[in-house]
Amino acid sequence: MTQTHDSLSGRLYALFLRSEPVRGFALLSPTLLIMLAGMCIPFAILVAMSFWTQHVFEFDTTFSLTNYNEIVDKPMYRVLLTRSLVISGACTVATVLLAYPMAYYVAFHVHRHKMVWIVLMTLPFWSSYLLRVFAWKIILGYNGAINSSFMGLGWLEKPLEFLLYSPTAVVITLTHAWAAFAILPIYVSLEKIDRSLLEAATDLGDGPVKRFIGVTLPLSLPGIIAASLLIFIPTVGDFVTPALVGGPDGAMIANLIQVQFGRINNWPMGAALSLAMMVIIAVISLLYIWTARRFTEYGR
Amino acid sequence: MSEVSYIRRPNRPLHVYALGYLAFLYIPVLFLPLFSFNDSIYFAFPLEGFTTEWYRQMFDHQAMHAALVNSFKVGGFASVLATVLGVFGAKAVTRYRIPGKKSLVFVIMLPLVVPGILLGVALLLMLSRMGVTLSLYTVAIGHILICTPFAMATLIPRFEGFDRAMEEASADLGANAWSTFWRVTLPMVFPGVVASLLLCFTISFDEFIIAFMLTGTDPTLPIFMYSQLRFPARLPPTVALGSIIIFVSFVVLCFSLWLRRYGVEENVSDGVRP
Repeated sequence: MTQTHDSLSGRLYALFLRSEPVRGFALLSPTLLIMLAGMCIPFAILVAMSFWTQHVFEFDTTFSLTNYNEIVDKPMYRVLLTRSLVISGACTVATVLLAYPMAYYVAFHVHRHKMVWIVLMTLPFWSSYLLRVFAWKIILGYNGAINSSFMGLGWLEKPLEFLLYSPTAVVITLTHAWAAFAILPIYVSLEKIDRSLLEAATDLGDGPVKRFIGVTLPLSLPGIIAASLLIFIPTVGDFVTPALVGGPDGAMIANLIQVQFGRINNWPMGAALSLAMMVIIAVISLLYIWTARRFTEYGR
Repeated sequence: MSEVSYIRRPNRPLHVYALGYLAFLYIPVLFLPLFSFNDSIYFAFPLEGFTTEWYRQMFDHQAMHAALVNSFKVGGFASVLATVLGVFGAKAVTRYRIPGKKSLVFVIMLPLVVPGILLGVALLLMLSRMGVTLSLYTVAIGHILICTPFAMATLIPRFEGFDRAMEEASADLGANAWSTFWRVTLPMVFPGVVASLLLCFTISFDEFIIAFMLTGTDPTLPIFMYSQLRFPARLPPTVALGSIIIFVSFVVLCFSLWLRRYGVEENVSDGVRP
């Protein structure tokens, strides 16, 4: 270093260059500070505002639990929150169950051109999310693909009306829209499994089913956990899919949050609802991780 | 084929399932190009006839072009900044011993496990408290926050994958930190940088929920599309544009995969494959 060390700033600079953690922090700080400022400050304001109340055009900033009392008391909020959790839960289970065999197939039974299969599985997800949801509207609609082809085949007398604008439609659409988020983590965890463990299980007399339950499934559990959380957390807060294919019975909590900031214009209520949603999601996710970990420990 | 283990025996039912699952993934997406050539404003069967009218209307659609340009601006801005932040972050985490590294990385990765609506709402509250007018910049700020974790996740393996001795050699040969970064580190991680740019751009280009909360008077493309979905007569040109976007993103994805493979092969020949 050609730095002169006679001044204080020069000395500090020399110290800075010598200390590895300090240099590391300095390099990490732009990213860290922006993420902290972009997450912590908005969340602090969100928490504060959830204890305010809306008075026509302005906020009453005195501390009050009015919003939370309303969330607990009014059945509408509870119904929508529960429905969101049930829909997202169903979609998570369906997506993981459907994607697992696919990931398993590519990890264990595709030997050549694996990359081609991975690309094939992920390609549809590079198209617009909105248009994919809209495509399901075409498929499930009154004159949609399913109804018109089943009627053409003579399997149906009149179109099935429950297909579109129902919670089922939301689950089907989300199961399709989030498939990549299940396939990839599960595939990665299956691919990592040491093949000699499977051979050992077989040599020790395990049949295919026992080998799968005893070796493959527990070892792929991290992938399943990651996939479940990557799907469950964002889908609880989705409002595009319910708005487009859910109908009145398929509306979810995020639709309600969104109108608080739009039509209803009650921002503190919207803040309280968002926070309540996040706390419930966090509790469920932590419980899920904890249970899954316990399960694997018992399995060993 | 004696060395092929019985575990690797072909499994016919699973093969059929895999093909069926691929069909489930592809058929809905392929409905869009199909209907973009259908001579009817209603998206229902049976198909009416072949037309390129919707593509012609799409080329004349001023508002759609404006939304497309807005999305390109936001996507470009957000992907470049998120990737720069990702490069800083990835180099810091892979090259330095930092106390509490795990929790710091967790903070950066936090947007991955926060629902979009929550982030959008929280940012909206902060920006309105600060008196910032909503614009394309506010959308871009939201997108930087959700893209940076993806940029980090793409870049960290790239930084881990190459030999640290290269950087040390450069420093020993008298290059300062900047020129080591420009002439050694950056070229080595370049495929990762491109992959990160493409991924972040795609995420931003397709993002709806945060953009919906933070957009001002200029809509991005997903916001524009959402506004068109309610009017049957306005929908077909949107679907035509959607079909073109699907086609272009397939081409870009294939290109980026080719680029990644190119990067990996180069590494393999250097003998530094992770």
